[in-house]
Amino acid sequence: MKNSMEIKFKAIAENEAFARNVVASFILPLNPSISELEDIKTAVNEAITNVIVHAYPEKAGEITMKVSTTANKVEIHITDKGVGIQDIERALTPFYTSKPNEERSGMGFTVMESFMDKLEVKNNKEGVTVVMFKELEPAVVGI
Amino acid sequence: MQIKSRIVNKTLYILLSGELDEYTAQTVRKNLDLLLDTQKGFVQIVMDLSELTFMDSTGVGVLIGRYKKMRECNKPIFITNPSRNAERIFKMSGLYEIMPKIV
Repeated sequence: MKNSMEIKFKAIAENEAFARNVVASFILPLNPSISELEDIKTAVNEAITNVIVHAYPEKAGEITMKVSTTANKVEIHITDKGVGIQDIERALTPFYTSKPNEERSGMGFTVMESFMDKLEVKNNKEGVTVVMFKELEPAVVGI
Repeated sequence: MQIKSRIVNKTLYILLSGELDEYTAQTVRKNLDLLLDTQKGFVQIVMDLSELTFMDSTGVGVLIGRYKKMRECNKPIFITNPSRNAERIFKMSGLYEIMPKIV
């Protein structure tokens, strides 16, 4: 069965736990494994952190998070209306950070790519949308 | 996010308990630095992550920051009991090359 949800919240670090746990709760009916749930929570958190750290340098704006599920597939869209990413290819390079003086690892997008099946990053007219896909294993498998 | 510590045989054991993300990272940095600056009589550090229930790549930045701080006084840091996801992020980032994992 198809299902979807959309929420908007302020791009502040305090909302990270809320965002990752909302996604985890929403996909629970799909019977994800603990590992799959942790993968998705981690990837969502990386995307939210990117928005909080980079998108709104002046004043915290808004994050829109849409999640849709079909059978065992999860699709997550995280959108901001911030300053955008100057060079997406460079931003996707492991260890690259535009803030080297802030103890940042530059691994955010790499973690998203590794923990999900597919990652898309695109600049909009205003801000950035990150789209992540993951197909969950069937709830019952032969062992 | 709680931080507990004890010194046994000149090793400073630090237990990180809770969730390490962008929201908690600043406090964790501050409290770890305070601990490392005030504790005396240790020659190495073991970061026990057994009670860390969530961590993303923000945690790598926090740990590398403490590694740089301790490198100045030649005190190595070791990692123990990472979660499955923390382990994957550490391997991806090469963290174990500077902060080896111990069992």
